[in-house]
Amino acid sequence: MSQRSTKHVIEKYDKAEFGFWLYLMTDIILFASLFATYMILRPNNADGPTAAELLDPSYALIETIVLLASSFTCGIAVLALRFGKKTLSIASLIFTLLLGATFLVLELSEFTELVHEGHTWQVSAFLSGFFTLVATHGLHIFIGLIWGSAMLTYVLKFGRTDDSMRKLTLFSLFWHFLDLVWIFIFSIVYLGAAL
Amino acid sequence: MSELFDFLVGRLSLEYFPKDPVTIGAAIGMPLTVLGLVALITYLKRWRWLWENWLTSLDAKKIGVMYMIVAIVMLLRGVADAAMLRLQTALAVNGAEGPFTTDTFQQVFTAHGTIMIFFVAMGLAFGLINCVLPLMIGARDMAFPMMNSISLWLFIAGMVLINLSLVFGGFSNGGWLGYPPLTGLEYNPGPGVDYWIWSLQIAGIGSLLSGINFFTTIIKHRAPGMTLWKMPVFSWSVLVTSVLIMLAFPILTVTLALLGLDRTMGMHFFTSDAGGNPMLYINLIWAWGHPEVYILVIPAFGVFSEVVATYSKKKLFGYKTMVYALIAIMFLSFIVWQHHFFTMGAGANVNAFFGIMTMVIAIPTGVKIFNWLFTMYKGRIEFKAPMVWFLAFVVTFTLGGVSGVLMAVPALDFQVHNTMFLVAHFHNVIIGGVVFGFFAGITHWFPKIFGFKLHDGLGRWSAILWQVGFILAFIPLYILGLMGAVRRLDSYSDPTWQPLFITSGIGVLVIAGGIGLFLLQLAYSVWKRKELRDDNGDPWDGRTLEWSVPSPAPHYNFAVIPRVTRRDDWWHMKQAGKTGIKQKEFKDIWLPKNTGIGVYIGVIAGIFGFGIIWHLWWLALLCIIAIIAIVLQRTLSIQDSEYHVSANELFHESARAMK
Repeated sequence: MSQRSTKHVIEKYDKAEFGFWLYLMTDIILFASLFATYMILRPNNADGPTAAELLDPSYALIETIVLLASSFTCGIAVLALRFGKKTLSIASLIFTLLLGATFLVLELSEFTELVHEGHTWQVSAFLSGFFTLVATHGLHIFIGLIWGSAMLTYVLKFGRTDDSMRKLTLFSLFWHFLDLVWIFIFSIVYLGAAL
Repeated sequence: MSELFDFLVGRLSLEYFPKDPVTIGAAIGMPLTVLGLVALITYLKRWRWLWENWLTSLDAKKIGVMYMIVAIVMLLRGVADAAMLRLQTALAVNGAEGPFTTDTFQQVFTAHGTIMIFFVAMGLAFGLINCVLPLMIGARDMAFPMMNSISLWLFIAGMVLINLSLVFGGFSNGGWLGYPPLTGLEYNPGPGVDYWIWSLQIAGIGSLLSGINFFTTIIKHRAPGMTLWKMPVFSWSVLVTSVLIMLAFPILTVTLALLGLDRTMGMHFFTSDAGGNPMLYINLIWAWGHPEVYILVIPAFGVFSEVVATYSKKKLFGYKTMVYALIAIMFLSFIVWQHHFFTMGAGANVNAFFGIMTMVIAIPTGVKIFNWLFTMYKGRIEFKAPMVWFLAFVVTFTLGGVSGVLMAVPALDFQVHNTMFLVAHFHNVIIGGVVFGFFAGITHWFPKIFGFKLHDGLGRWSAILWQVGFILAFIPLYILGLMGAVRRLDSYSDPTWQPLFITSGIGVLVIAGGIGLFLLQLAYSVWKRKELRDDNGDPWDGRTLEWSVPSPAPHYNFAVIPRVTRRDDWWHMKQAGKTGIKQKEFKDIWLPKNTGIGVYIGVIAGIFGFGIIWHLWWLALLCIIAIIAIVLQRTLSIQDSEYHVSANELFHESARAMK
């Protein structure tokens, strides 16, 4: 009798999800520190351009819509897998990754344009804060894309198992969390710039 | 061609090898010691044994022991640094040359502070928690055993980096918290500050993971029946500490990252030009730094709560107030950080608020001290070594607390800010609280981990030498501080200070004697381990669950997970005479297999840190890719990470251990 009880397996997943929630909480503190830094340094533009002059809320709105859409498809992917619809789950995951990649391209082209015009992170404390806060979120998205691709291969290979359900759930927690952080970046950084 | 060369070697250059005789001595001595150790292990053919039984182990107790070995080795380095500092101040008076240059002196005090906090106090805390926590709450292991091993190896990677700076490149001269703009690129272009940043960053991420691990373990792994209110106070202290870790360490991560960006990407967070704001750094680092000191001392409070109850043969006085006091400290520790810089222009009202909050935090701490004393009242007290550590703690820590409340008065703080008075104060609480606490804890739980007790007499003498040395080393500093001696002073002109500095230096030697006795105690106890053997697993007539299993505790901790009905369950089971386990209660169990992933990630993280410090961007990138590859490989494979121990095996093994 060397089969692990279902209870043992469930407890393991339960633990992993709990721990992952805790990690997300610590990530919130990390972003909170970056937001605080940005808000304090925003007026310090050192005779360089201000937030209102550089940041375009309507461009960021497109980014927001793309990211929100990716969160939606990510939710579909988890639900579809739960109900055993592997193809739908995979298709939604692919959409999630494509939308995520689009978001990242949009963000990078915004950065490139700023740098091209000479507004680099070395110009002022405000720009240091801006690039660091937004790029930290971008870096999380990048990690999310790698993780999502791994999930895609995993679901393709194994279909709906307890393991794939748990792993996909954790990924979706992460992805929705990044969406949430972006809402704050959109509101505080981009909409805030228009005020 | 030369561009490619620059790209490949970054800023590595032969000029970074040390030049002055003191550092050269250290730079030769340290690698030789390491080489000697490697040669010894090779000669004894113990590499395989070391790898399979220790380095790759996921057993929390072994991980805890490795943390503590690192911490004790680092304690030796930290004390050597302290002795160098006091040697300088004993001699460099009135124009006389001390043995060290100003730059060396600055590196030494920075290294002393950084090592003592991050690699001694944190190491002892995490080591002890790993050894004791699962046993105490009736668990087989930590919630995430592999992450536990990763935490350990990130800690070790940070430790290696900080020591590497001694051999190559020099260390930061910016003090243990590295205030900018001094630590910015403009005033400190060399690799020293980068060593400081990346050593702490890597170790800090390990600590953050540990915090998550400890918290999940307590929430999810308690034995059936053990509600939070039935947990021993040490477990409560770990719960509170892990909350503090999770809330505070991300701030450290951000602060260090921003300083690193200033230094490597030319950003302007904390520079004195282009709108940078150094005060922002000071606020951020203390928003982490103040909770950090409670992260260190709260587990020590937990240790004393167990020690005092056990050796007084009474239940802990005021269990609930003990827990509420911990929780109060947890909240208050986040709203006192500004008291570290009353003099830096926050204004009277802000200073008043933080001053009052700082005084308020003395109340729950006072509650705890009195509860411990009331626990002793009318107890049958055994003055074993842990109790001697406790008594030394009460005297020292209370004195430190009182000088802390003094400095919480902003008006007074303007006089003693950044003087030797402050240095004396925080050594008073950290040595008295943290160091004495963990030495008490090590002595108390040693038999549970190793199966034999530490020699009691030597332990008591070690505690007494520490206490005497402490008084000699730090009371003069209080006086010097009031006389106007600022901290981090490498020479001075007032000859009346010299006798006090010499007394303080003698105190360091006495403390070193205390450490020597502790090492002697370890060696002697290993030698006499047959006589000191702990036969029944309960040498101190303990109260909590860890004493219900044989010593040394088996790798699975509990053959049968106990059912808990009340606080101090083991004590009451003994009173009622119901301690045995029936054969039919044994069940099959699964345990995590050993894995080298923690070691690999630690090594790669260390190389990554080295790459960033020396601007070897290609190396850093390769390391990141390697870590991602390892994590992905682990995520994508469905290899079985657990192994099986049958009920039958368990039964026979525990029957043998109980004989």
